[in-house]
Amino acid sequence: MPNAKKIIWKGVDDMPEMAVSIASMRINKTASWRNLKPIIDYNKCKPCGICWKFCPEPSILLKEDGTPMIDYDYCKGCGICAEECPRNAITMHREER
Amino acid sequence: MKKVLMGNHALSYGAKLSRVQVIAAYPITPQTQVVELLSEMCADGELDAQFVKVESEHSALAASIGASAVGARTFTATSAQGLALMHEMIHWAVGARTPVVLGNINRAMAPPWSIWTDQNDSLSERDTGIMQVYCESNQEVQDTVIQAYKVAEKVLLPCMVVLDAFYLSHTYEPVDIPEQKLVDKYLPPFNPPYKLDPKDVHAFGGLTDAKWYYELRYKIESAMNRAREEWKKADDEFGKIFGRRYGLVEDYRCKDADIILITSGTITGTARITVDILRDKGKKVGVLKIRVFRPFPTDKVREMLGGAKKVACIDRNISFGQSGIFFEEIKSALYNSSHRPPIWGYIAGLGGRDVTPETIKEIVKRTEESDRPEDLIWIGLKK
Repeated sequence: MPNAKKIIWKGVDDMPEMAVSIASMRINKTASWRNLKPIIDYNKCKPCGICWKFCPEPSILLKEDGTPMIDYDYCKGCGICAEECPRNAITMHREER
Repeated sequence: MKKVLMGNHALSYGAKLSRVQVIAAYPITPQTQVVELLSEMCADGELDAQFVKVESEHSALAASIGASAVGARTFTATSAQGLALMHEMIHWAVGARTPVVLGNINRAMAPPWSIWTDQNDSLSERDTGIMQVYCESNQEVQDTVIQAYKVAEKVLLPCMVVLDAFYLSHTYEPVDIPEQKLVDKYLPPFNPPYKLDPKDVHAFGGLTDAKWYYELRYKIESAMNRAREEWKKADDEFGKIFGRRYGLVEDYRCKDADIILITSGTITGTARITVDILRDKGKKVGVLKIRVFRPFPTDKVREMLGGAKKVACIDRNISFGQSGIFFEEIKSALYNSSHRPPIWGYIAGLGGRDVTPETIKEIVKRTEESDRPEDLIWIGLKK
């Protein structure tokens, strides 16, 4: 990330002219508007990779042994993983704000 | 070097002299020759630009916005239905702050099909945030393209250079084509503050919630406001280098005029001649041409109309259910002003109907004889 730095704007005088992120999406997290949070029950999960295949974002990361992890910085809470999981190992929970 | 050029080719030369790097366009009567000539210039190596062939006007402007986002100077041109198809992307070009220059040949909207001039196509884009400049001659068309890049790249807003179908687009006039090195001196290369660049990553136009959207709209309005001054500066500097100035508005014999006619586009030339004829008969008439329409030159309009006894606005367009659009704009500019002359609104020349000196004499006569201003007068309506 060559020029990536997090900038907090005060207002119109110090912000850029257009809607532009100051850094890449690695810095600009996009999950602030998630209402439902998927949680994996690892007792039920037999890492098959189906959630990883279906996630449209993609916000499911796989460990080396294939165990899925949800990347909550980018997951929008669409619930597709929970819907597709053949073992019902993923459940959706209302975000607490 | 002087050449006899059609208005459409004056647009092409303006783009060429501005050293545009990307051109994306779709053909439509009466705009086609603009990009036809540019594609030839690209093919012949006269112009070092990418010519992108696209499947619609929507794509033409989308491609232009993309090219502008990587920092290329970009040109497109269209007309009427084509401009309407670009509408969504005009909002995008404004919001993304990409200074694309768009040549629009004013053509009446269908149905019924018409290929002749009126301003309802470009004026339908009034509230998008694209700058709009209405030209009167082919020389002005060429020069305005060059000035448009100067201003657009400074304030990061797109700009529409507008000319009348056929009365200008297909009419040949002598045009002084300046030396490239003088244009280069006037117009430095485009270098936006943020661009799409894999070495310096940014996401553009992403979802922005209510926390910042409002501020971004304010930034567009501030840019428009700055653009008033930038148009003046760009025009002054242009005048110093090339010897031609146009102003945001141009007045003709307005100083002691009792009646001031408001015009735009090619009607202006006809109005000027008519003013000379009427002045010879002792009638104190003047013309105020509105050249830069967005940003609207409110202060200039107030200053120029401040002394008039009566104002007659000639609109080659109509906002149905209200009045002529220039008429609305003039009226709203004057409302908070200390001197508010009465204004008569005339609709003329829709769909390319000729506006002759006789039409303008009738407008002056009617304004002279009336003691109560009217918002909407159809001039020359067949009954």
